[in-house]
Amino acid sequence: MSYQVLIEDTGEDYRCPPDRDLLRSMERLGRKGIPAGCRGGGCGVCKVHILSGSVTSKKMSRAHVSVEEEASGYVLACRTCPRSDVRLKVVGKMRKTVCRVVPAGRSAKSNEGKAGSVVESA
Amino acid sequence: MSQSGVLRPGHVCIRVMDMDEAKTHYTQRLGLLQTDEDDQGRVYLKGWDEQDWFSVVLREADQPGMDFMGFKVRDEATLEDLATKVEAFGCKVERIPAGELNHCGARVRFDSPTGHNFELYAEKDWKGNGLGLENPDSWAEGLLGMQVARYDHCLLYGDDLDGTVKLFREALGFDLTEQIMDGDLMIGAFLTCSNKAHDLAIVRHAEKGKFHHASFLLNSWEEVLRAADLISMHDISLDIGPTRHGITRGRTIYFFDPSGNRNEVFCGDYTWYPDHPTITWTADELGKAIFYHDRQLNENFLGVVT
Ligand code: FES
Ligand SMILES: [Fe+2]
Repeated sequence: MSYQVLIEDTGEDYRCPPDRDLLRSMERLGRKGIPAGCRGGGCGVCKVHILSGSVTSKKMSRAHVSVEEEASGYVLACRTCPRSDVRLKVVGKMRKTVCRVVPAGRSAKSNEGKAGSVVESA
Repeated sequence: MSQSGVLRPGHVCIRVMDMDEAKTHYTQRLGLLQTDEDDQGRVYLKGWDEQDWFSVVLREADQPGMDFMGFKVRDEATLEDLATKVEAFGCKVERIPAGELNHCGARVRFDSPTGHNFELYAEKDWKGNGLGLENPDSWAEGLLGMQVARYDHCLLYGDDLDGTVKLFREALGFDLTEQIMDGDLMIGAFLTCSNKAHDLAIVRHAEKGKFHHASFLLNSWEEVLRAADLISMHDISLDIGPTRHGITRGRTIYFFDPSGNRNEVFCGDYTWYPDHPTITWTADELGKAIFYHDRQLNENFLGVVT
């Protein structure tokens, strides 16, 4: 048995069995749409908003999904299995790999606001 | 200076979201040995070839990442001396009594400009590697999984890289073995307190206090490939590898524990002596610096942290 998962952002859909998480199913089918990171509920890049359908989630990092968010359908795709057909929207994003570094954050004092990073958010 | 004050990274405390899953991962997959569990539920582990009682502590929490990284120092006098120095540097210093972690002596905990907590300690109970101290054999039998020999280093992400580098060099006597420079801005630093190419690495990152990986030592490239096989056999989340780093020359593979914390197992670097000059990697060659074979930057490796 498997359910249909529809990624609203791209219109991509794929099948996901109830015992496999939304992210791994997508990856195994060679499909794209939800960014993959740690696949363990720790990094937050696979965060999605469930628009319709029911799901069940294992423990997810509170640094990335607050109690309120969880209550309103925000989950980490790598920790979430479908219980029905699901429609979702991608929320988390992979930091874009660019070498350009914002020349801030050189001392503790200049760190207010945005500091430089090897990678910057898209 | 090499081996005069700080001896080595002695322990790392990693937060996990499910202790049973984490125990299986760290003992059966990496092959660490569980040596204790305390009344708070924290689990103590060591690599088979480590002498002290533990080098990894797992703590169950609602978000993964690193609680602290501890360094063993030569003796109590060194501990007091270095405590004074980190305090003078401007760190917030906290004294943690002996026994707060089982088998561990008094710890001096201090914060850092990148927002990470570090510790120093001089005493930890001796456990040994099981081979004995008189006419020992060469390796231990009955090990599981990747059979890592020991905990080696951490890579941490944080904002005020210059500040933490200054702390480790000036207050704690570490050497800068390699650095990544974007013009005159340092974006990565590899620091050692020993003869290794790194005992601690730090990369500049917008957020404070992030954990990139904890690394464990294997003895050969063949063992790195065997680790890669085990990652597939047990459907462990792979990050990247097997490959080689330009920086430190390590031959390596990266993967994630069940809570999303990144682990590395690796072999090989070079011998560092404190009179050696620092190696510089320039940002335009960052691909080769990080992944020597691919020479491509990898979004996941650079951006995914806990
Ligand atoms: S991939 Fe890291 S939280 Fe899902
Ligand atoms: Fe490493």
